[in-house]
Amino acid sequence: MLELYSLIILMILGSLVAIHTKYLLSAVISLTLVGLILCVVFLYLQAPDTAITQIIVEVIALVLLIRAVSIEKGTVGRKGARETFSAVVTTVFLVLFAFFAYRALLDLPQFGFPLMRVSEGYIREGLVKTGSANIVTAVLLDFRAYDTLGEATVLFTAILGAIIVLRKAGRK
Amino acid sequence: MKENKGMTLIVKTVIKFLAPLVILFGVYIILHGHLTPGGGFPGGVVIASAFILLTLAYGKQIAEKKMKRSLAALLESTGALFFLILAVLGIFLGGWFFSNFLPKGEPLKLLSAGFIPLANIAIGLKVGGGIFAVFLALIIFRIAGEGGKEQK
Repeated sequence: MLELYSLIILMILGSLVAIHTKYLLSAVISLTLVGLILCVVFLYLQAPDTAITQIIVEVIALVLLIRAVSIEKGTVGRKGARETFSAVVTTVFLVLFAFFAYRALLDLPQFGFPLMRVSEGYIREGLVKTGSANIVTAVLLDFRAYDTLGEATVLFTAILGAIIVLRKAGRK
Repeated sequence: MKENKGMTLIVKTVIKFLAPLVILFGVYIILHGHLTPGGGFPGGVVIASAFILLTLAYGKQIAEKKMKRSLAALLESTGALFFLILAVLGIFLGGWFFSNFLPKGEPLKLLSAGFIPLANIAIGLKVGGGIFAVFLALIIFRIAGEGGKEQK
């Protein structure tokens, strides 16, 4: 567990650097660092499927964000009273969120233990029922295919929106 | 003038050898999604990343000869439609939405797990085409934005 905690502390440090740095490019790079450490965390928790997705999406996001950063040179920071206002609002929201999250997380069972009833069934009968050796794919595309369909729809809508907003004909 | 577009000769040469391997790896991740870690989504993104590499190294014009934006968008729509058709076919052939109507086959073989490999291919097409189309759209937006600034 010590390795996990040190990785998580590194992730928090990376996000703090991303927030407080002056330059957009270093913010993007430290944000990518957070994603890469998250990939290592997934590997440590023995979830290679998620780790593969995480590292690939992170690299693509890095490329896209660097492209985006090279368009805008500087940032427009909030100054004076507005800055104080947004800081106070954020703090109040974070405290409220931490309070309710603490209350809710008290009821959770211990990490990874015991096995839930539903996932226990998937693990025992997954191979027989679907014939897929990779249990993650069996859950994604057979037991929980509705969720995958929803995810695909979300991605489709997002890409559709991006292409419509960024198309050439609409910017005259 | 063509050689001036994109990055240097070193990057171009390395990517010329690397891009087919990256595409091959993506196809492997998609086709073996039901056997090894991976699946349609990561494999599709890997294939898209190969085309993004080509675009970054060789410039937009040459990469668009390999894969047009309209073709990428068409692949995306085809993948989404294919996935939906698989789901609806389940109603008629298996009894319910997303029922696994194909024979399960022998576990740990490439041709097993019913319609899961087909669904992986559909999602791979969808994600790969979609992400590359968005990338091209963002690049065109950037170039058009710079052109607009120059006019002013």
